[in-house]
Amino acid sequence: MERLVRRLPAQVKVAALVGFALAVVAVPRDALALHAGHAVLLAAVVLAARVPGRALARGLTVEVPFVAFALFLPFVATGPRVEVLGVSLAQAGLAGAASLLVKATLGMLAAVTLASVTRPAELLDGLRRLRIPAQLVEIGAFMLRYVEVVGDEWRRMGVARAARGFVAASPAAWPALSRSVGALFLRAYERGERVHLARLARGYAGPTGAGGVPATAAQWCAGAALPAAAALVSATGLLGGWGA
Amino acid sequence: MHVPDGFLSLPASLATGVVAAAGVGLALRGARRELDERTSPLAGLVAAFVFAAQMLNFPVAAGTSGHLLGGALAAVLVGPWTATLCLTVVLAVQALLFADGGVTALGTNIVLMGLVGVWVGWGAFVAVRRVLPQRPASAAPAASVGGLLSVPAAAAVFALLFGVAGTVPVPLDVVVGAMVGVHVLIGLGEAVITGLVVSAVVAVRPDLVYGARPLLQRPAVPSERVPA
Repeated sequence: MERLVRRLPAQVKVAALVGFALAVVAVPRDALALHAGHAVLLAAVVLAARVPGRALARGLTVEVPFVAFALFLPFVATGPRVEVLGVSLAQAGLAGAASLLVKATLGMLAAVTLASVTRPAELLDGLRRLRIPAQLVEIGAFMLRYVEVVGDEWRRMGVARAARGFVAASPAAWPALSRSVGALFLRAYERGERVHLARLARGYAGPTGAGGVPATAAQWCAGAALPAAAALVSATGLLGGWGA
Repeated sequence: MHVPDGFLSLPASLATGVVAAAGVGLALRGARRELDERTSPLAGLVAAFVFAAQMLNFPVAAGTSGHLLGGALAAVLVGPWTATLCLTVVLAVQALLFADGGVTALGTNIVLMGLVGVWVGWGAFVAVRRVLPQRPASAAPAASVGGLLSVPAAAAVFALLFGVAGTVPVPLDVVVGAMVGVHVLIGLGEAVITGLVVSAVVAVRPDLVYGARPLLQRPAVPSERVPA
């Protein structure tokens, strides 16, 4: 099962992620119960693909700023209000905040799942096969190839600053940090020029076609299972008047 | 800071996706003028720089810290079309490999940061550059104003989208007011850092700063590049 999920071509997995997220987002805010079905479906894939729990937990921390935004909604939303512990809160705001958080969490967990079963190089091939403009994918390829290098340069600058006794504790440190960011830009830009020249020296003559492998009909069907089941959950719930 | 899935209704998410696709399509044409045939490697490295810069913490006070959004900074350094492409790629990679920002909200995030953030920042930069003395050092204060306005502008557009097409009925004025209020503070930090970074780059290689090129009296470094 794990091998099946990992071996699906990336274009199938990206399409499955987008389809699943669209099915989740399509549910109206008052039909919160429908998301239990989505959660079960996603959990099955997470278990089948053996997504590490650490990756899932790390993903949750990304959401924090928008949790604050969601918690602010019950106080300002319009419509009928309810008393909760003596505070007047809008019903629509409460339902909306819950719906937002559940949808955001499901989408995030699905994206973590994709990321943990797809290598970046496969993802780029998958995007090319999904007809994303070649130039955009190429920029993404260069970015992924050099992001570690740029990050390492930043860490070396940090070591050099620390060796000179620099401590960043307040906005007084901003000018020094900003000069480092400026230096980081120069190094990244000049490296880009060198990469371009090296590429020409090797006889570069334009972007190559999509790599990776085309997906078979069977693979597309396997990939469609998750979004189709999720869409079915959304549709049956809505048609049954569950959340209407 | 990226909008996750479920904040905007499905039709609104699809609509922002169409707007984002159109904007990125234009940027793919425009960026060729800014960077010629070096586009892909340079834009890729600049995207890596933006990605790294967004993760750098700037200490504020009492252990809290903020980070750069980088739309205005990228626009001033490499030109707005290339900046739109770089931000788009950064946002797509963050959504697909780091689960930062929802995949259905990718269009919304590109509109907010890659289009509004970049182009409001660039527009403010150009307007201020026009009234300042015409020398390279003027690029820093102009970039600062770009950074200051780009952040609350993106927040205001998000609040408007949420008010019109969000999943919760909210009074538009309250949400716009609160979002812009909070983000003016963030914009102040963005302004200071953007200005400082641009001034650091202008001091060393003014010819590399796209927004400072019209301010150069003559090419600071004679062009040695032979057409390939």
